[in-house]
Amino acid sequence: MSLEYTLRLADDALILGHRLSEWCGHGPILEQDIALTNTSLDHLGRARSLFQYAAEQFNNLPENEKKTAVTSVAIQNLVNTGNTLDEDDMAFLRDGWDFRNVLLVEQPNNDWAYTVARALYYDAFAFYFFSALQNSKETTLAAIAEKSLKEVTYHLRWSSEWVVRLGDGTEESRERMQTALNELWSFTGELFNMSDAEKEAALSGIGVDLASLQPKWMERIASVLQEATLEVPKGTWMQEGGKHGRHTEHLGYILAEMQFMQRTYPGMEW
Amino acid sequence: MTNDKLNKHEWPLWEVFIRSKAGLDHKHAGSLHAADAEMAIENARDVYTRRMEGVSIWVVESKNIHASDPGESASLYDPASDKIYRHPTFYDLPDEVKYM
Repeated sequence: MSLEYTLRLADDALILGHRLSEWCGHGPILEQDIALTNTSLDHLGRARSLFQYAAEQFNNLPENEKKTAVTSVAIQNLVNTGNTLDEDDMAFLRDGWDFRNVLLVEQPNNDWAYTVARALYYDAFAFYFFSALQNSKETTLAAIAEKSLKEVTYHLRWSSEWVVRLGDGTEESRERMQTALNELWSFTGELFNMSDAEKEAALSGIGVDLASLQPKWMERIASVLQEATLEVPKGTWMQEGGKHGRHTEHLGYILAEMQFMQRTYPGMEW
Repeated sequence: MTNDKLNKHEWPLWEVFIRSKAGLDHKHAGSLHAADAEMAIENARDVYTRRMEGVSIWVVESKNIHASDPGESASLYDPASDKIYRHPTFYDLPDEVKYM
């Protein structure tokens, strides 16, 4: 189960990092283009550390568990031919159903307001999450959390200030910021909805009790939105599924673009 | 697009000063565009310190910097050129004094 927990964290990092990398060369100004690329690289760096750890956990599984832990076809082909897995296999050879990221991070960039809204919701979660994960009994996860917290603290500052800037900006920026916050709101519930792997990890002191983070997250979001003169969205119906491998249609397109080279030219390097 | 319209849509220009480590002085690193001071510091962090160049950032809006007139450089700077006695090169330094 601990492998599933590691993948759960790694996939958030990989998919959000990839999403933000789509802004590279398309940012509204050079400075913000670089800002988002930096942030994207923070997420991808975290994904690498976590995938290395996940591959190690996978390789240490008993043979029979390797058949069921990750069922993607290309992964099983490696297992059946007696290969061990590495970080790249985890990122590039798993199919959509094996991905455990929350639906929020796979949502399209759409426009600047959507990108900023998604960032605020996720960064505020990540800030409290990694603060808590520093106390994990699993020393690898605790070390990754300590490093990530510094990065995420900056991400949260960046996204909070943008929400305030746009919310308390012009009539148009205010309206578009509020729309983006409303549209993405239904993806925030899943952040705190614990899967079996997450419950088990929390109980054993490896993971974080997500329910305990929700009030702090809510308070932070409310305070940023208040400063931005925006409304906290009111909807109570929440999307879910990502943590169980049931994704929105957007994930397939991300994987197609991200995995194409390794799938077509296995093991290629450049 | 007229100049007025262009300026209205462009964020102000800021000058960035970076201190590379504690104890040293801030040095001019370059300039960038930003809507406000917070954004200028964050943009400077992202543009000028991503390869560990600095531990401290100053930003100042470029319009607040007043510069000397290059046309007056003869009267401003040339008079110093024949006053070599202003350099501390006429003193014998004891060997114990290092780093001068």
